[in-house]
Amino acid sequence: MAIKVRVPTPLRRFTAGVDEVTASGDSVKAIIADLERRHPGIGERLLDEKGELRRFVNVYLNGDDIRFLSQLDSKVKDGDDISIVPAIAGGR
Amino acid sequence: MATTSRSSPPSPADANRTIVPVARARSVLELIGNTPLLEIGRLTAGLLRPGVRIFAKLEGFNPGGSVKDRAARKMVEVGLARGDLRPGKVILDSTSGNTGIALAMVGAALGYPVELVMASNVSRERKKIIEAFGATPIYSDPLEGSDGAIVLCRKILEEDPERYFKPDQYNNEANPLAHFETTGPEIWRQTAGAVTHFVAGIGTSGTVMGTGRYLKSRNPAVKVIAVEPDDPMHGLEGLKHMASSIVPGIYHEGELDDKIGISTEDAYEMVYGLGQIEGLLVGQSSGAAMVAALKVARSLREGYVVTVFSDFGDKYLSTNLWIGWQQWRRERLEQLVSKWNESASATT
Repeated sequence: MAIKVRVPTPLRRFTAGVDEVTASGDSVKAIIADLERRHPGIGERLLDEKGELRRFVNVYLNGDDIRFLSQLDSKVKDGDDISIVPAIAGGR
Repeated sequence: MATTSRSSPPSPADANRTIVPVARARSVLELIGNTPLLEIGRLTAGLLRPGVRIFAKLEGFNPGGSVKDRAARKMVEVGLARGDLRPGKVILDSTSGNTGIALAMVGAALGYPVELVMASNVSRERKKIIEAFGATPIYSDPLEGSDGAIVLCRKILEEDPERYFKPDQYNNEANPLAHFETTGPEIWRQTAGAVTHFVAGIGTSGTVMGTGRYLKSRNPAVKVIAVEPDDPMHGLEGLKHMASSIVPGIYHEGELDDKIGISTEDAYEMVYGLGQIEGLLVGQSSGAAMVAALKVARSLREGYVVTVFSDFGDKYLSTNLWIGWQQWRRERLEQLVSKWNESASATT
């Protein structure tokens, strides 16, 4: 099951500059684990040492913030799309 | 430092009576600057050597609510003086928030329309404040961050250059000049010249460049230290990770004595600590500045470390800063400090 994942600028150093990648898995947690396998280093930017989503990272599943769904356990199905968005924009 | 040898030293912030708010003003623009300097004493109790003190410039007291009022006023003043801004023109810039608020306020006070390009994920409060001042927000892709806003702003300007005056805070020398003329002299007076270290976050770098330049002009021994996020992927609204960003034209790294990277988590923790221990609710960039100031201060035997709290925290209540936060406990500060001790002993 291939899911489209949109990658923000600060994480594109792990994806060879690509802004959209694919990953497999049936939950957001599984997708992030697969992203880490394909793009080593990206996982720890998204999850803390306890495996929780870092507070300044927002993940949207089909446009909905997963914090208002089932968090990392939110189910993912074929054709869904995921966006990773830093909580802030930087600069002043 | 004469004052530190006394049993009960007066605060340098009290020593100079000339730093007081104006009693009456004709324009909100006259109320910019002259912000108070607060000693951060309770949170640092037991963590610093006796001759070391930390002070924070509380920029939230500016009428627009942030340090950015200073640069916005100066850039517009210089634009008017040069004739680049004149009746019929619109003020346009890219900003993730505080500069936008400041430009919107200055534009309103002078009767100029303002359009602001920002990534759509800036905090909701900021968008509302900008609209309340009558300015028009233009949103760029949140995945592209503040650099995306810069690029979109350039495009809008290229399409109709005659319509706009673009202060261009990233490349306008009036930005650091505002701090050279106001923030720097205020800190010098408020510490009675005793400041030894100046620590400030880098967004455009205007604050650290201009203030640092002034303080060094008064005493070349003053150390100027910039604070940035420790990773390109961060949650420190207002700060830039320089190595991965479009480098502002006003940024001259050679003028800095040091640059400290701070993790988002540590900065957030410090925001909670400042709220509960000092009674001071600030934004996340101030939390980062305080972590860095504490780190610098802990390495000193004697000195006055001055940092800048760019704004208060009320604009961030809807942001990720407050997601899943817990009541702060002093042990967390001790954990942070012991982490530094461990890394220091690992490197020595």
